[in-house]
Amino acid sequence: MYGCFAPPYFPHTIIKQLHKGNLIANSCLSSLLRLFHRYRDLALQLVPMDYTNQPEVRLPYELIGSMPELKDNPFRQRIAEVFSEDGEGNMTLDDFLDMFSVLSEMAPQDLKAYYAFKIYDFNNDDFICKSDLEKTLNKLTCNELTEDEVRMVCEKVIDEADLDNDGRLSLEDFQHMIMRAPDFLRIKTI
Amino acid sequence: MPRHKLIASESDGKDNEFSLYYVEVEENSQGGQEKQTTRDGKRRRERNGEVSRRRASEKRTTEVDTKRAEKKHEKRHKTARKEGEKHEKRQRRKNADEEEAEEESNKEKKNIKNERTKTLRRDDEKEKDVKKKRKKHVKNEEDNANSGKTKQKDCHDMPLKEKKKKRKKPETTSESESKSESDSAPESKDNQAVGVLGSLTPEELEKLKEAVDERKKLIATMRGKPWPMKKKLVVLRSSCVLQRQETLLIISFLYYSNCQKWMKFQRDFENFKTACIPWEMKIKEIESHFGSSVASYFIFLRWMYGINMILFGLTFGLVMVPEALMGKPYGSIPRKTVPREEEASAMNFAILWDFGGYAKYSVLFYGYYNSQRAIGWLKFRLPLSYFLVGVGTVAYSYMVVIRTMARNANEEGGGDDTSFNFSWKTFTSWDYLIGNPETADNKFASITTSFKEAIVEEQESRKDDNIHLTRFLRVLANFLVLCCLAGSGYLIYFVVRRSQKFALLGLENYGWWERNEVNMVMSLLGMFCPMLFDVISTLENYHPRVALQWQLGRIFALFLGNLYTFIIALMDAIQLKRAEEEIVKKNMTIWQANLYNGTVPDNSTAPPITVHPADIPRGPCWETMVGQEFVRLIISDTMTTYITLLIGDFLRAVLVRFLNNCWCWDLEYGFPSYSEFDVSGNVLGLIFNQGMIWMGAFYAPCLPALNLLRLHVSMYLQCWAVMCCNVPQERVFKASGSNNFYMAMLLVILFLSTLPAIYTIVSIPPSFDCGPFSGKTRMFDVIQETLESDFPAWFGKMFSYASNPGLVLPFLLLLVLAIYYLQSTSKTYKRVNMELKKKLQTQNEENKKKNKLAALKAANELEQARKAGEQRSSSSQHTQNSEPPVSSTHTTTRPPASRGHTSSGHLPGHPQQPQKNSHSNRR
Repeated sequence: MYGCFAPPYFPHTIIKQLHKGNLIANSCLSSLLRLFHRYRDLALQLVPMDYTNQPEVRLPYELIGSMPELKDNPFRQRIAEVFSEDGEGNMTLDDFLDMFSVLSEMAPQDLKAYYAFKIYDFNNDDFICKSDLEKTLNKLTCNELTEDEVRMVCEKVIDEADLDNDGRLSLEDFQHMIMRAPDFLRIKTI
Repeated sequence: MPRHKLIASESDGKDNEFSLYYVEVEENSQGGQEKQTTRDGKRRRERNGEVSRRRASEKRTTEVDTKRAEKKHEKRHKTARKEGEKHEKRQRRKNADEEEAEEESNKEKKNIKNERTKTLRRDDEKEKDVKKKRKKHVKNEEDNANSGKTKQKDCHDMPLKEKKKKRKKPETTSESESKSESDSAPESKDNQAVGVLGSLTPEELEKLKEAVDERKKLIATMRGKPWPMKKKLVVLRSSCVLQRQETLLIISFLYYSNCQKWMKFQRDFENFKTACIPWEMKIKEIESHFGSSVASYFIFLRWMYGINMILFGLTFGLVMVPEALMGKPYGSIPRKTVPREEEASAMNFAILWDFGGYAKYSVLFYGYYNSQRAIGWLKFRLPLSYFLVGVGTVAYSYMVVIRTMARNANEEGGGDDTSFNFSWKTFTSWDYLIGNPETADNKFASITTSFKEAIVEEQESRKDDNIHLTRFLRVLANFLVLCCLAGSGYLIYFVVRRSQKFALLGLENYGWWERNEVNMVMSLLGMFCPMLFDVISTLENYHPRVALQWQLGRIFALFLGNLYTFIIALMDAIQLKRAEEEIVKKNMTIWQANLYNGTVPDNSTAPPITVHPADIPRGPCWETMVGQEFVRLIISDTMTTYITLLIGDFLRAVLVRFLNNCWCWDLEYGFPSYSEFDVSGNVLGLIFNQGMIWMGAFYAPCLPALNLLRLHVSMYLQCWAVMCCNVPQERVFKASGSNNFYMAMLLVILFLSTLPAIYTIVSIPPSFDCGPFSGKTRMFDVIQETLESDFPAWFGKMFSYASNPGLVLPFLLLLVLAIYYLQSTSKTYKRVNMELKKKLQTQNEENKKKNKLAALKAANELEQARKAGEQRSSSSQHTQNSEPPVSSTHTTTRPPASRGHTSSGHLPGHPQQPQKNSHSNRR
């Protein structure tokens, strides 16, 4: 489809030329290259330098989840699943780039909110229902809360954020709620 | 003749990553005409106002060197989008056939920000502005030579803003020059790529600009969409032409990268700032495991440390150091010498530990200071400085406590919006920047703790028991506590009276119990009453935070008794010492008379006899005694705290931990268990300790230093003890945002402790032979003295006028009035604020209700519509299921999310499956 990572151009030749011509001003391009290298470093034997032919390379979730950015994240599996094409956490280069793009600080709020919704929507039914909330809570607190407490928190969350009273959170409810969160605005990560 | 221009569309401020764009334009835009393009590249750069051309020395790749490239030109014309024409040149390599290299011809254009009035000039300018740049990937110079005659050129650029700015200058200065140069450029520069300048009519330029803008917008909108990359590219391709080289760049635009160095710097700076706050990390860690109530103690401790630092700085810098450096040295006068009878034991450790011996006759205590008005070459007024520092520490403490209280009250008044409390906790509490397992553990703990805190709050707010029963129980509890307090108060009073009687009759006649009665009673009360209060407070069924405050208040009242006995004992001691002093004074004259009489009778001209200062008799110096008492008290208090910490917490934890394996019941969860952190006891200990400091600092300048040491050690020791031997409370509750309750108690203690200090300063005459005020009738006479001798006469006069009661009283009245006025206005503001808040809240709730109603209604309508549709479809098979009316209302740029029961919902991620989603909605 697109041979953006073709060998003669990419990365050495192009980058050198870009540097020569003072063209590297576009730091986005360089960070894209950096990401490509990070992706490749995860599994050097799997990922070729040549992406001209769009090889079907998928890195397994075990490799993705062991990256320092995700290693300690309770939702790492979920994040990988959401961004991967096959829904099982095995990522192509595209998926990988997508993930880092959304997790970046520069990504706009609503994009982040949308993906946050997808991440918390464990059963992929486009609604955050009680079972999703329970899973989220148990992941967040390492199962430290009792069942009663978890149930109560779930009820409270739905009671607070559910605008249309259908007992679960739609994307719109979620956005309405999360866009007002001080932490979400400040930290600017999902 | 086709000409190509490199167009750089200047990015608008909003989207500055997107600063680069390729458009290839053919002059006279003849659609579909094929053009020849050369492969040579040329880049021109202008710097610092001169038009200079630089050749981009292309890297040659060995692969390509050997090949003759076959060129293929394609031009696609997008009339609908008014895009500039593009050339796509495909290069086929011989050994790798599929490999295609693309080159584009691009134009760089300065964004036309010139005014319309300059249109004429603009053409010229553009000719110069527009630079041909060629970006070549696979060419060498020979190729260039071969293809140099073709008038195509390929351009590649990365327009830099700076570059553009620089380019402005030559436009105005060397217009003709650059023009000629640029005209001749293509042909004259032999081997190099040929820069051909195209001249475009303004309309074409407009078109181009529009096209560029169009594409920019397209990419920008694409960027914000939550689609995977493949899809974005497909959509982009369908709407405009993408070339291979472009693809990479466009992908980089489509991505948000973390390339912002500034942001990273800011983050690091924030981290640095928190690292600069002392003990912040320790406290945060404790907070994450033990909740904010325990952390509030440590924050209070840290605040206290800061205050003591200032007090220490004042006394150390203005009193102790000047005296040690510039005052008379040790042994020069009696008050600075250990008396003869004490000399033998003055260096014993036991004595020193008790702050006797050499420690007593040192700069640490009041008695050491000389009453000499000015000392050293600086003429430092030590007595005045001593007095002012004593007053200043108290004044500063008042100021700081009150200011902190006011600030905390402000913060409290702000309040936070808690309408989404639990949701925010659930969805936004994880910090995605965490990248280290230890921090992650702490974060887990803190999230759990915060959830527990919030749950407790929620449970408390839900609780609605029998209100009468609760009230009754609370009254009962308060009654019991009052009885307790009254009883212990009477006990203290009784014991103190008895001990005074004993003291008058002489302690030697009584046994150990009678001598230590007061202390024993006090410590027993201090040990058991808090437990009793704790038991009683379970009756009350308060919110744990409120319960803690009640507990604090009650123990505080109990400890006031402690304070009372201490002050009484101190006053008695002072009276005794003063009586002793009178006797010494009398003996002194006798001693002096004896001295003179015995050696040199009746000869007043003879030189005075020198007696070693250690032999001269001296008074008991009650001030030093008071200072010693305070220092001893602080030391013993500190020791007690540390020892209880070690035994009560550490030893217990060790025993529980290791005996658990060989014990008949579960020690960890059974009876002894691990200890909890006692917030109320520790806070009160801290507060009373500080009260002692304020009381005693005037008579023992070393007290703030000692306290600083103690606080420092206890900060580390207690942090360690909490983390290693305590368990969190069962119900972790959220401390109030400010420590104002602690502050209020501190203020009371400050007031109570300054009273006796001020009383002794004002009403008891200082000792005649020790301290900076010896020889004066009152300590504050030093002010009078300074006014008389150091200031001009008129100043003293003015001061005496100002201190006239006729002036002072009206001034005080005015102050009181001002305070009253300010307080009433602030009350009004507060009330208004509360009302507004309430209004806002009710409105919010109303909105929520309305929303819910509307949603219900919509759902009903939808249901009806569906039914009707089904009926219709059953009657006539052709009728389609009409779209629900609600769904058409959303017209946002992003594909709307489904709302409730409406079947609008193709979600942004899956626009291709609306059908499926709507089914799932209804399910």
